[in-house]
Amino acid sequence: MGDPGTKSELIDLDDLRTSSGLTGRRHLLSLMVENRPGVLARIAGLFSRRGFNIDTLAVGPTEDPNISRVTMTVDGALHPIDQVTKQLHKLVNVIKIRDMEPETAVAREMALFRINAAADTRAEIMEFANIFRAHIVDVSRRSITVEVTGTTEKIDSFERMVRPHGLIEMARTGEVAIARARPES
Amino acid sequence: MRAADALCEALKAEGVKHVFGIPGGASLPLYDALYDADFEHIQVRHEQCGGHSAEGYAKASGRVGVAFATSGPGATNLITAIADAHMDSVPTVFITGQVRTDLIGTDGFQEADVTGMTLPVVKHSFLVTDPAQIPDYIHKAFHIAKTGRPGPVLVDIPQDLSRADIDYEPITGTPKLPGYQPTTEGNIKQIRIAAKAMANARRPVLYVGGGVVNADASEELRELAGSDDFPVTCTLMGLGAFPAPHERWLGMLGMHGTRSANYAMDEADLIVAIGARFDDRITGKLSEFAPRAKFVHIDVDPAEISKNVAAHIPIVGDAKDVLPKLTGEYRALAADSARLDDWWKQIRSWQEQYPLHYEDSADSEIKPQLMVEEMYRAAPDAIITSDVGQHQMWAAQYFNFAEPRKWLNSGGLGTMGFGLPAAIGAKVAMPDETVICLAGDGSLVMVCQEMATAAAHGLDVKVFLMNNGYFGMVRQWQELFWEERYKSVVMGPSPDWVKLAEAFGWGGARVDDKGELAGAMKTALETPGPYLLDVHVTPNENCYPMIPAGAAARDMVG
Repeated sequence: MGDPGTKSELIDLDDLRTSSGLTGRRHLLSLMVENRPGVLARIAGLFSRRGFNIDTLAVGPTEDPNISRVTMTVDGALHPIDQVTKQLHKLVNVIKIRDMEPETAVAREMALFRINAAADTRAEIMEFANIFRAHIVDVSRRSITVEVTGTTEKIDSFERMVRPHGLIEMARTGEVAIARARPES
Repeated sequence: MRAADALCEALKAEGVKHVFGIPGGASLPLYDALYDADFEHIQVRHEQCGGHSAEGYAKASGRVGVAFATSGPGATNLITAIADAHMDSVPTVFITGQVRTDLIGTDGFQEADVTGMTLPVVKHSFLVTDPAQIPDYIHKAFHIAKTGRPGPVLVDIPQDLSRADIDYEPITGTPKLPGYQPTTEGNIKQIRIAAKAMANARRPVLYVGGGVVNADASEELRELAGSDDFPVTCTLMGLGAFPAPHERWLGMLGMHGTRSANYAMDEADLIVAIGARFDDRITGKLSEFAPRAKFVHIDVDPAEISKNVAAHIPIVGDAKDVLPKLTGEYRALAADSARLDDWWKQIRSWQEQYPLHYEDSADSEIKPQLMVEEMYRAAPDAIITSDVGQHQMWAAQYFNFAEPRKWLNSGGLGTMGFGLPAAIGAKVAMPDETVICLAGDGSLVMVCQEMATAAAHGLDVKVFLMNNGYFGMVRQWQELFWEERYKSVVMGPSPDWVKLAEAFGWGGARVDDKGELAGAMKTALETPGPYLLDVHVTPNENCYPMIPAGAAARDMVG
C-alpha cells in the first residue's frame, strides 16, 4: 500500500459508486434447501412479505435425500436480485443459492398442451410437434395432448404456434437448471 | 429421561438462570419438568408480557431471554413479543406447548399453528416431530438467537412428545447448521477503503444503531470517534452506545431527533452507518435523504446493506470486529483533523441556534420534558424502560444515556405496553440496578396486570407514569395533520392509579406540582419494593422537533 497518509492514496468520495440495483433481466435462482416440512412455506412467505414476485417455481429431490432443490425465476427488472438472494440466505434451511448465468447452466422446462385437433388440423399440429421434437402423449377425437421439453423460449414459441388452433389447456413445470460442467483443461 | 426433563437439562447447559411464562394444558409436561429445574420460572400474568420480560431481560443483560407459553391462545398471545424481538434484534427463545401430535391439524382444543403464524417474524423456528430432537433444537435455538444478527427463535413442542422418554446425552460444541454461518469478521480490504474515504471526508457523520449495543462495541465506537474528530449520532435503538452528553455527540437523529443531527446528515459528504438499518423514521423522504452523502454501511446482516439506501462501501461484519480494525486503518493514515474545522463550526452553529428546548410552565404544572429531566437528575445511571409514544421520544431527547443497555424500549415494532414487562425482565436480570419504567398512561393500562407479577416476585421496579390523559402521540398527529378531529384519544375516565397500585400491593403516590416532583421521585426510589408514581403532566404538550412523515430532514418543524 506504500506510504500511508499521502492525499493521493486516499479515496476521492466523488469516485465512489454503488453497485447494487436492478439488473433488468430474468434470473434463474437455484437453491439447495434442507428437505424438511415447512421449508417451501418459509421461502414463499419471504417472497410475499418482501413484495417479491416469483415467476416460476419448481421443487424436487436431489441426489442427496436430505436436500431438495428449488429452482425459481425472478424478474431482475422489478426486484434487486442481490436483495432477494441475501434475504433467502437468511433462511436457516437454505443451504446454498446460485444465480444461474445462462452461459454456465443448462435450463429446461417441460410443458403439456391439450390442443383442439379436428380432422383437418390434426396433421398440422403433429407436424409442429415433430419440428419441436415434442411427443404426443394423448389423443382423442377432438384433441391432442403434446409434451414439450426445452428452454422457456422454445416452449413459448410452441405455444404461439398452436394457440391459433385452440389451446384448451396448458400446464408448465417452471424451469429446472443445473450448472454446466467446466471444460476440462 | 423424559424429553421435558432433557429440555430443562439443555436450558441449564445453555446457562439459563431465569425463564418467564404461564402454564397451560399442552405445556403441563414442560411445567412438571420445571418443578425440578435448577433455574427460576417467573410466572407472569399475560403471555405477551412474558415475552416482553424475556426481551427486557435480554436487552439489559445481553443474555438470551426465554419465555414459555402453552398452545393456542397462549402461543398467539406471544406473537406480539416475538414480532417485537424480531424488529429490534433481541436474542430470545420462545418455547410453546403444542397439542398432541395426533390432534395436530384437527382443530383440536387450544390448537393454533404457531410455527406457521410466526414464520414472518422469527429468525428461525422448530416444530418438534420426534422427542429426541428436543435438546438438539434447544441448543440450535440458542445458537441462532444469539449469534450473527440476534433475534427470536421459536421451539414448538407437542404435548405427547415432551412427555415421551428419550436417551439423553448432553450435547457440546457448536450446533451443525449447514445453512447458517453468519459472517462476523469484516473484510479488511473493504475496511481499508472505508478508512481512506473517511480520511478524505470533510463532512463525515457516524450514524450508529442498535447493532453497536448488541455487539457490545461501545468502547470500540468511542475509539473510532476519537481517532479523529468524528461527530456521532445514534438512532433510538443506539442510544447509550455513545456516551451522552459528549463533545462529539449530536443527539438522536430521525423523526424526533435534534436539528443538529438531522441537518448534519443532510449536509454530510460521508455517512458511516454502523449497525443501523435506515428505517423510515430515520430517513424520512427517502429520495431526499442525505442527498450529498456517500455511504459506508457496516452491518452483521448482509441483507440490511443496500436494502433501503444503496451503500458505496459495504462491510459485512460484527461491529466488535470491524470497528477496531477500522480505527487502526484510519489512524495509520494520519489524516489531518483540521479539515473538519469548518464542519464543526457549522455543527456548533446549529447546536447553538437549535438546541432542544421547551417552554416551562409559568405555574406549578409539570411539563413532560421537565419530568424526564427530573428523572435524569434523580437516577442518571438507572435502567430506563419505556412504552411507545410521546414520553418515549421525550426520554430519548432529554435523558442522557451514558452507557449501553440502560435504555430499553420498543423501537421497530413500536409496541405500547412494552415498558412494565421489560422493566420486570431487566430487574430479574440485573437485580442490583435501579430499574424505572417511564410509562405512558395509554400504554400502562394495556399491561397493568403485570404489577401482580412484580409484587408476587418481590421485584423492586419503579413505574414513573407520565400521565397526560391521552394517547398523546396520536392526539398530536390528529392535531397537526388531521385538522384537530380528535377521535378516541382521550384516556378518561382513567383509573385511580395510586389505588390500583396499592390494590396490587405496590406503593404509590400522585404528583401534579412541579415543586414536589423531585421529592416525590426521591421517595419513590427510596421506598423498598415496587412503586408507581403517577405524574400528571401538561395534557396537550406536543413533542418537537419533528420531521413530518414523508418529509425530509430540512423540513423539520417545531
